[in-house]
Amino acid sequence: MVQLAQVVQEEVDSNMTKPIIEINHLSKSYELGGETVHALQEVSLQINEGDFLSIIGPSGSGKSTFMNMLGCLDKPDTGEYLLDGKNVTTMKDHELAVIRNVKIGFIFQNFNLLNKYTALENVELPLVYRGISVKERRDTAIECLEMVGLGDRQYHLPTQLSGGQQQRVAIARALAGNPSVLLADEPTGALDSKTGKEVLKLLKELNEKGHIIILITHDLEVARKAKRVVRIQDGQLFENGGDWLEPAGIRQNGH
Amino acid sequence: MNLLESVKMAIKSIKSNKLRAFLTMLGIIIGISSVITLVAVGQGSSQSVTEEIGSLGTNLLTLSVTDTESVQLNLDQLEHFDDLSGISEVAPISSERVMAKKGDNSIQVSITGTTSPYLSIRDLSLSAGRFISDIENELRQKIVVLGSDTASTLFPNTNPIGENIQINGVSFKVVGVLESVGSSLGTSGDNVIIAPLSTTQRVTKNTTINTLYLSAENEEMINRAKFQVQGVMTTLFPNSSDSYAVSSQDDLMETMSSVTDTMTLMLGGIASISLLVGGIGVMNIMLVSVSERTKEIGIRKAIGANRKSILLQFLIEAVVLSMIGGLIGVVSGLGIAKLIGIFSSLSISFSPSVTILAFVFSFAIGIIFGVFPANKASKLNPIQALRQE
Ligand SMILES: Nc1ncnc2c1ncn2[C@@H]1O[C@H](COP(=O)(O)OP(=O)(O)OP(=O)(O)O)[C@@H](O)[C@H]1O
Ligand SMILES: [Mg+2]
Repeated sequence: MVQLAQVVQEEVDSNMTKPIIEINHLSKSYELGGETVHALQEVSLQINEGDFLSIIGPSGSGKSTFMNMLGCLDKPDTGEYLLDGKNVTTMKDHELAVIRNVKIGFIFQNFNLLNKYTALENVELPLVYRGISVKERRDTAIECLEMVGLGDRQYHLPTQLSGGQQQRVAIARALAGNPSVLLADEPTGALDSKTGKEVLKLLKELNEKGHIIILITHDLEVARKAKRVVRIQDGQLFENGGDWLEPAGIRQNGH
Repeated sequence: MNLLESVKMAIKSIKSNKLRAFLTMLGIIIGISSVITLVAVGQGSSQSVTEEIGSLGTNLLTLSVTDTESVQLNLDQLEHFDDLSGISEVAPISSERVMAKKGDNSIQVSITGTTSPYLSIRDLSLSAGRFISDIENELRQKIVVLGSDTASTLFPNTNPIGENIQINGVSFKVVGVLESVGSSLGTSGDNVIIAPLSTTQRVTKNTTINTLYLSAENEEMINRAKFQVQGVMTTLFPNSSDSYAVSSQDDLMETMSSVTDTMTLMLGGIASISLLVGGIGVMNIMLVSVSERTKEIGIRKAIGANRKSILLQFLIEAVVLSMIGGLIGVVSGLGIAKLIGIFSSLSISFSPSVTILAFVFSFAIGIIFGVFPANKASKLNPIQALRQE
């Protein structure tokens, strides 16, 4: 029954909008001391043009693992991942590098900026790996920094910036390559609620400009702002019209 | 990503830890500069020796007697050599160490008993007076010609010509003083006394002739002259070819160059060892650097660096490090050699080829010892790298 519904859904989708990301029966498990952790079990998901998807779920449920798969940083044990119709799971390292560079922008919970590089240089870096000329990439990087409101902090090192500013630099870096998909793993986790809201507003604006946003969050308030909400529990993914965002569901979630 | 970007990145990361970079380079700096210095000193001395050999004249043949018991040359036999078509002049030598005295001044010198052709065969010239004549030799005249150092030691303030000196207690008259020739192979050519062969043999009570200097008619005939001399020796002293040797200046130069080759080989050995040590130093630090920067590698991979760019980044870092080290090594090596040249009597000769080779070597060291850490960095799994703190 479920499968039939899925087939129907797929047909509907292909008639309307072609999915950018299509994930079928993706599984990943870790062996640890003889014990197997099923981080992801038979996960299937489609993400279309213009989507703003938030992923919620308890700690250790496999959200980051899933995000790393989406970002082509990790490979699944079984299953299929199609990005723009191309099978990512069989790609070679250098092809994956191109995808990470061009199609995907990663925003990490702990920013992951290079500490010895200035804000501007950090933002430029994806374009360096793309082989863009010095002038062009500088202009683009400045543009992206201005977009996140840090036009006046170009030459600051990450250590000379506040947490929120660092996160915005990370967003600018993810934006620099103008990727179609922005992946944000708890981007507001390390920020206070005010700066968190600013970052979220920024992501919403970017979504309106046409970027696909996929956001992991523990904050139901944040999750509610997304167009779609999926929930990962014990490595399984559920999408259900946001039922669990109701007060009863929240308690069940441990929040 | 192009090469220029990788080089810029490498320089940036080297700059961010200058002390470590310097310590990494130190092995290579020491290796390269010692090679340059050693080669400069080695080549300098071999060059000055070669020059001296060349300055003796290329048509000089030397017959050296190693066993004066079995080969006893006497003056009558010299005519056999003089008659040879390839030989123009012959000068026999009998030398000994003697004590020379003039008043309170005394000196240990080598006395060379010889005949008049000696002056022209050895290409010497006089600064004062005259040389020994044939008739004085026959008449066993007690006369001497002094080397310039001997003259200045025995006669610090006065003109020696016409004065008498004591050699082993016998009085000799000074008739000439030689022009300075400098030192050769560590022995001074100016600390000598030249006297007639006959007189010398009497004073030293030694009748052996241990060396013959022969000059060939011309340079082209040198090898023929050498065979002729060997022929005469075989007739005069059959079955004792081990007791003497006939050599031309070319032979001497060949011997010299084989010595130089051996020296170069040894220097090469020292160079390889010190550079190997330097290279291991580079590899060591690069490995530390890779594990320290695991997170950075993860970040770079996450935003689109492929294996090749990571490999290139770390490889170029190693190469740039060792090349800067090489450059500093070359400069300091040349500087040290120059200082040695200024503050010691050693002569210095810079070899452009060795300098370039040393520099190229430092490049190669960077590649060879950079590949392993760079490869390790490039193969890191991005997820595991990002998890690292
Ligand atoms: N490299 C690994 N080796 C072993 N087990 C791992 C590894 N990475 C993740 N896991 C396990 O997989 C499960 C899912 O981890 P994941 O990081 O995806 O959780 P998460 O949902 O992101 O949690 P959080 O909300 O706390 O970030 C966890 O049980 C974790 O222990
Ligand atoms: Mg997580």
